Amino acid sequence: MNKILVSGKVEGIVLKSNDPINFLGTVDKKTGIISDKKHPLFKKAIKDTILVFPSGIGSSVGAYTIYSIKSNNVAPLAMICKKADLTVATGCALANIPLITISDDEFLSIKNGIKISLDTDSSILSVHQ
Amino acid sequence: MELTREEESALKGEQGETMQMAYRILVATGEATDAEKLIPIEWAHLSGVNYNTIGDAGEELLSSVSKDARVTVKTTLNPMGFDIDNVSNYKLDENFISKQLSIKNSYETMGVIPSFSCIPYEIFDIPKNGTQVAFAESNAAIHANSYDNLKTNKESAFSALASAIVGKSPYSSLRKEDTPNITIRMKVKNPNELTYGMLGFYAGKLGDTSVNISGLDEMDQRQSKAMCGGMGTSGTCAKFIFGEGDSNTEKIDFDEKEMQNVHDELNTAEKGDLITLGSPQLGLDEISDLTAKLKGRSFQKRCMVFLPRTVKEQAQKIGYITELERAGCEILADCCTCLTPLISKDDVDAVTTNSIKGAFYLKNSNGVDVNLKSLTQIVEDETR
Repeated sequence: MNKILVSGKVEGIVLKSNDPINFLGTVDKKTGIISDKKHPLFKKAIKDTILVFPSGIGSSVGAYTIYSIKSNNVAPLAMICKKADLTVATGCALANIPLITISDDEFLSIKNGIKISLDTDSSILSVHQ
Repeated sequence: MELTREEESALKGEQGETMQMAYRILVATGEATDAEKLIPIEWAHLSGVNYNTIGDAGEELLSSVSKDARVTVKTTLNPMGFDIDNVSNYKLDENFISKQLSIKNSYETMGVIPSFSCIPYEIFDIPKNGTQVAFAESNAAIHANSYDNLKTNKESAFSALASAIVGKSPYSSLRKEDTPNITIRMKVKNPNELTYGMLGFYAGKLGDTSVNISGLDEMDQRQSKAMCGGMGTSGTCAKFIFGEGDSNTEKIDFDEKEMQNVHDELNTAEKGDLITLGSPQLGLDEISDLTAKLKGRSFQKRCMVFLPRTVKEQAQKIGYITELERAGCEILADCCTCLTPLISKDDVDAVTTNSIKGAFYLKNSNGVDVNLKSLTQIVEDETR
């Protein structure tokens, strides 16, 4: 764990993307489903996952999208990135979704579909085998 | 980030949910921008005002937050979607108007000064040198850092609002002494405001947080605003440092070739169906100059002129507005070319403008083509 941007304690199944996510235009804010055909997570639901991706990209208005998906109860439990960008940081802060950054090695080691626990108070990110 | 005991307590929610959210935003922003602490600010300028950009989610958030959030420092804000005095002349639906008015109301409830302007540096007094502020509007942040001796991050809509509520902002790189690793050398001769806009756009693509810039002549307000607007459009960079930089900086020329590349990227039409002036909004000097240029002439097509309401009121007293309306201008206060809902691709194929910032957003958000011309050229070609 490199940085804690928004603190929290959760446990859930990883949904991982090796491509960045532009929340404005890639994620349907009503359903929480990735709606961009070109995105590797196309048709996947982010609801109640631990969303792992390199970073956010695109307009800062995307932060409102993160707030909306939380208001619509289709948000991830937490987000984990390699690089903290302002859109995802402020979006998660608004929506109170835990957000941390991790190293490249940690990013590589987290596989899609595994179960992980995150507790920012004790700086623990652990993988359930 | 190092927080004081009081800041920690607010982050835990001991000062209420609104304060907790505001601190959560400042901490997340601070961590993302490598700030080690929060520092007091004296002035916040907010973006996230136009319903066209923030939509229902923004409107709902502001409506909810404004129930108990109040700003604690001087706070001004960006343009909204229309001028209430003449909105009925444009095809905007009732929903847009009511949602926009709800946003306006939320900000006013929070104690924000209803300036609806992207040029706060031109219509408010500038605090003393080195004052820390929190400006979200990109051209205003760049102008504040580069020309006004103020210090600001390039805030997001959220960090600026949180800063306005808390009265503090993250102490990030732009607030510290900055030594850019790139110097752009201006090589284009006889530049006009369009040239400076393209120079800013080019610099914004290359710079990370700040750039050195050398070879500039004396610039007027229109030219410096154009350069700040251009830079704010193309990247994250938010400060010009005027000078050559030291020997370690990479030197890059901005000559005719680079300028042509920017021009080709943004100029997509030979002529426009209508003209827009103001992105950033026009100040009183520019209105005065425009009035002089239009003496005895009239536009042969629609020309929308965007300005802050305070400037409109001053210009009215001096008689500029009557003169501009005689010349065929549509005068629009409280709104701006940038992200305007008043221009739709259903009615308009292409727009002529002298603004690089305007061009970028007309193309990318409104979906219309753009014909770039300097103001002098616009007056020459489009009026009789």
